[in-house]
Amino acid sequence: MNVPAAWYLVVAALLFGVGAFGLLTRRSALIMFMCIELMLNAVNLTFVTFARTMSDVAGQASVFFVMVVAAAEVTVGLGIVVAVFRRRSSTSVDELAELHG
Amino acid sequence: MIAATYNAAGVLVFVTASTLMLVGALGVIVVKNPVHAAISLIVTLFGVAIAFVAQSADFLAAVQIIVYAGAIVVLFLFVIMFLGVDRRDDVRVEPLVGQRPLALAGVLITIAGLVTLMARSHWVTGATRVSTSGAPLATGQGNVRQLGTAVFTTYLFAFEATAVLLIIAVVGAVLLARRERRVDETLDDELDVEVRS
Repeated sequence: MNVPAAWYLVVAALLFGVGAFGLLTRRSALIMFMCIELMLNAVNLTFVTFARTMSDVAGQASVFFVMVVAAAEVTVGLGIVVAVFRRRSSTSVDELAELHG
Repeated sequence: MIAATYNAAGVLVFVTASTLMLVGALGVIVVKNPVHAAISLIVTLFGVAIAFVAQSADFLAAVQIIVYAGAIVVLFLFVIMFLGVDRRDDVRVEPLVGQRPLALAGVLITIAGLVTLMARSHWVTGATRVSTSGAPLATGQGNVRQLGTAVFTTYLFAFEATAVLLIIAVVGAVLLARRERRVDETLDDELDVEVRS
């Protein structure tokens, strides 16, 4: 009835790779947070795919908790971005070198 | 050929969902304007929601749209507007020499490793079923009932812990984003009060 689980797993791997590449190369803290969201979504897709393969709702429960943690992470992260922006007038992570020796 | 082997509708849904996901993801990492990146992120999240529905995770698809596209992306947009950083950062500048080829190589190795792992593993690492309900995955209302039963019985402790986590996150975000009051002013005010009394 449905397409094989491997197809969704490959797409999830690609999505994770794109997110990781963005996280490694972009400088803006906001864009880096969005890339983290991409990677979390790729993992969620993997969880749901395995939940279907093993017909076990535990994978979907895991996705539920991942979503809650992601929401908390974004809230605190954006709070930090706002606090940093007040001080430095920039969201570029290259300019955050205050611990530089 | 493929459509003959599998259900044509399933293949169509898969192609639509994965196209939305990958195009949106590429948009997030390529565009210069943060607002456009947030819109691309919504496209990706919709693609993931379609994939969730196709794999009988109806409740999670609804939560995906409401929480991710409705709350998290709006939070992103709110912060972008609030900070006024909708000016473009130049993606052509490469501050660290060789950073992008290195990142690309690392990511390609990661994807190759994941795909190899998928192709060669049988994914049997013990019991294939950890939840209490022995029923196969249902769709629609049945899915909500199954997930609710799992969350409120097997994962009740984790569920309560997420409540604490959310409260901590909200308090932390308010504390971080609060504008600092100048300390000397408040001290002066307190001194005035003391002098008057």
